[in-house]
Amino acid sequence: MSAFESLELRGVGRRFGGVDALAGLDLTIRAGEFVALLGPSGCGKSTALNCLAGLLPLTHGEILLDGRRIDTLPPERRGFGMVFQSYALFPHLSVEKNVAFGLQMQGVPRAETDRRVRAAIELVKLGEHARKLPGQLSGGQQQRVAIARAVVLEPSLVLMDEPLSNLDAKLRLDMRTEIRRLHQSLGLTTIYVTHDQEEALSLADRLVVMREGRVQQVGTPDELYESPTSWYVADFMGYRNILPATVVSASGGEAVVELPGTGGADGVRLTGRAVGALRAGDSVRVAVRPEDFVVAGPGAAADGGAGAIGGAVAVVEYHGREHAVSVQAGDVMLHARSATPPVVGGAVRLTAPVERVLVFPESLDAPVPQEVAA
Amino acid sequence: MTSRTGGAQRSTASLRHRLAERGIDPTLLLLVPGLVVAVALFVYPFSYGIGLTVQPTAAMQEQWGGGVFANYVAFFRDPFVFDSIGITMRLALPAALFNVLASIPVAMVLRHRFRGKRLLTSLLVLPITLGTVLTAQGLLIFAGRQGWLNRALLQAGLIDEPLQLVNNYLGVMFSLVITGFPFAFLLISSYLSGIDPSLEQAARTLGAGWWQRFRRIVLPLLAPGLATTFVLTFVLAFSVFPSARLVGDAMGSTRVMSLMAFRAFGEQNDYAMASTIALMMGAVELLVVVAVLGLRSLLYRGTTGGKG
Amino acid sequence: MAATVAPGERRLAARPSTWLVWAGMTAFGVFLLGILVAVVVDSFGRQWFATWLPEGFTTDRYAEAWDRFSLGEVVGVTVGVALLVVVISVLVGVPAAYVLARREFPGKRVVMLLFLLPVLMPPITYGIPLATVMYSFGLGRTLTAVVLVNLVPSVPFVILTMTPFIEQINPAIESAARMCGARTRQVFTRVLAPLLVPGILAAGILVLVRTVGLFELTFLVSGPGSDTLVVAIYRGMTAAGGGEARQLISAMSVIYTATMLAMLVVALRFVNPTQLVAQVKEARDDD
Repeated sequence: MSAFESLELRGVGRRFGGVDALAGLDLTIRAGEFVALLGPSGCGKSTALNCLAGLLPLTHGEILLDGRRIDTLPPERRGFGMVFQSYALFPHLSVEKNVAFGLQMQGVPRAETDRRVRAAIELVKLGEHARKLPGQLSGGQQQRVAIARAVVLEPSLVLMDEPLSNLDAKLRLDMRTEIRRLHQSLGLTTIYVTHDQEEALSLADRLVVMREGRVQQVGTPDELYESPTSWYVADFMGYRNILPATVVSASGGEAVVELPGTGGADGVRLTGRAVGALRAGDSVRVAVRPEDFVVAGPGAAADGGAGAIGGAVAVVEYHGREHAVSVQAGDVMLHARSATPPVVGGAVRLTAPVERVLVFPESLDAPVPQEVAA
Repeated sequence: MTSRTGGAQRSTASLRHRLAERGIDPTLLLLVPGLVVAVALFVYPFSYGIGLTVQPTAAMQEQWGGGVFANYVAFFRDPFVFDSIGITMRLALPAALFNVLASIPVAMVLRHRFRGKRLLTSLLVLPITLGTVLTAQGLLIFAGRQGWLNRALLQAGLIDEPLQLVNNYLGVMFSLVITGFPFAFLLISSYLSGIDPSLEQAARTLGAGWWQRFRRIVLPLLAPGLATTFVLTFVLAFSVFPSARLVGDAMGSTRVMSLMAFRAFGEQNDYAMASTIALMMGAVELLVVVAVLGLRSLLYRGTTGGKG
Repeated sequence: MAATVAPGERRLAARPSTWLVWAGMTAFGVFLLGILVAVVVDSFGRQWFATWLPEGFTTDRYAEAWDRFSLGEVVGVTVGVALLVVVISVLVGVPAAYVLARREFPGKRVVMLLFLLPVLMPPITYGIPLATVMYSFGLGRTLTAVVLVNLVPSVPFVILTMTPFIEQINPAIESAARMCGARTRQVFTRVLAPLLVPGILAAGILVLVRTVGLFELTFLVSGPGSDTLVVAIYRGMTAAGGGEARQLISAMSVIYTATMLAMLVVALRFVNPTQLVAQVKEARDDD
């Protein structure tokens, strides 16, 4: 295996027609790491991956592999493997010929090719389908072929471009486990592009959240999940309630904010943990996870938490062990969880612990404090 | 919202990369052989032909005046030549229109699966293999005064004396339909097969009858394809040459432009006048094509039905 | 009765129109078969005037026509020119179609128009200036000229049919080949070429048929020794003095149709032209 010590992206950018599809991407990837690029469509994550692969030329910055500049090499000479969203299997070649293609390109001897192809096909558990054409396989099987085709070359880096987005929900879970298993058993350095936060959190050692061509936050799944540095990242990490608000007062890492439109003249007041420096009068966004809200009856007293928002139950959805509850509070719809189903239309109060209410500056363009060094 | 980098940041891309961004890279070289063929065999002769038109023969200048434009003066003033525009149009427009309109119901019926479909399709494609010259020969024999068609009609008592079906306008029209219809049918079939059948099923669940489905769903989606097909069949019919000479009345009702152009080229050896007629022919045809395509974009602005 | 006609509209409305279509098709078929059979019967007839069938049958006309018009040479020229035109147009047209399908570049619209014009123009329009150029270069009546003029509509034809075909092939497949280490040439020979074969076959067949049947352009530059079959037949029909004997022309026409049919039957075993679009669509659904 052609292993490396580190892959370094320095100020990598791609600008086309005056628009930055990707700008100032700095990232160092260590051997064996599984890195996920996360963001909505158009955020630049696929551009970054294609630049890394060599399928798109960079306009700014450089890519170094152990200090050697590789961004000027054509894709076929970088020695990376890639798995595509559309699988991109060669439709005229059987499964084994698809997998053997790369080895043939490298001029690997026949006997060794056969052995490695067989091993790769076994690895993805497709032994009985080896002679079939891609068109005869299901979506999940096709994606496994694509993975086998990429890993058979024992590449120094595997690039995966939303490989699971064309599969149905159950298959996606199975394949996720499969990819994790392969990564753990082969130890291949992997860069994985996805818009699915769950996929990224469960697979990756490190996440890169992107927005409009720029990095918003880099960190381990745990760091991002617990301490997002912007409401944008919080939104991706399951903070379903993101509410515009105004700071009333801020001190000692805590901020008191007013939520307009939640009833009363100025709206309800909440206390939360301030992320970044905030001053009274600042426009902010308040982020709370549904599972952090406590649904209580109208009579329950505010128990020293962040404050309480009163409202009426609008929708209750059964989710197995718990219920998803949507609460209409003035003009705002809030999302919470509850073990017991409240009565639809009934009055409730939502409370949350102060440390579970995050208050972020509204602006995303301001320099984001990088708490975690990449 | 798009983030923009400051002017201070300089591009690290090589010139090769920056050209590639604009779409200029070695792959474009693949276009070169095609361009060479187009320029050497189309653009150059065409320009040469335009040059020829303003180099009239002395005889032309003497007869028609107009100096270097004598050929154009001759074209517009000589009724024998000028009238050929109208004659060509009277043949090409109805023929193209008929071929397109007749193809729609046939393609609609043949769209469904049934036994012998392939045989029938092959039968429809057959005339393409016959070519204009053989069709002409066959029409002369089959539809001539003593041909089978007239004989059968006489015997059935439908007519009293043989119909004049060839060596006139009708003969050329037959020939244009026989060669043009299969072509129009093939094109329209392929456009039709590009329309998702579930659209019609959806319309059906919304209570649309077959005519409403055709009128409101299929036809609008098919319209761009119909315009394209009309243009292509029109081009075929417009350049009618062998059949106009062989089954038509070459000096009368089927004295089409291409015959006039060839008369000047092959019989009078006046290349300048021949080029003039040829160019005018192209101009008239392009006028019709542009009009049809203009109408198409005016009537329909959605995506093409043919290509989903 | 109403109870048995469940989807009522089908019976009431679809039927008359369907019958009309079938009636029209039958008329078309009668004409078509009449033309074809008349020529065949005539070619084998001895004398045929005011009767249903000729007075007797013979194959002499074929031998006579073969000698008189030196058809051996003419058929050779026809097939040779057609194959040469097919090969050249595919070799020239497919790479150009690839660029047009995959790339955006300055002036692309002009290039597209340049390839569209020869297909849209009546052949005589550019044929006459082109023939004049051929004669002035001393190429008049040569095989070279016949091949060259036939390239003018054929190359754009290949480009225009292959461009949408190539557009349907997922570009990620090419990227995948590159990521597997394939160089540009290998991407073309190992991945693209096999995928393009159906499209190339279809386009090639259509060019073949067009070239064999193309009269106007060939007629303008060909002469003895470079005439194709259609042109030879036309010359026979319009020869000074009222043309050659009708039966000879018929025999020649039958030879022409047989040549064309033989090629087409072979070709249609590979592709069904009406399914060209549909096949591509299915292929896209697969990947």
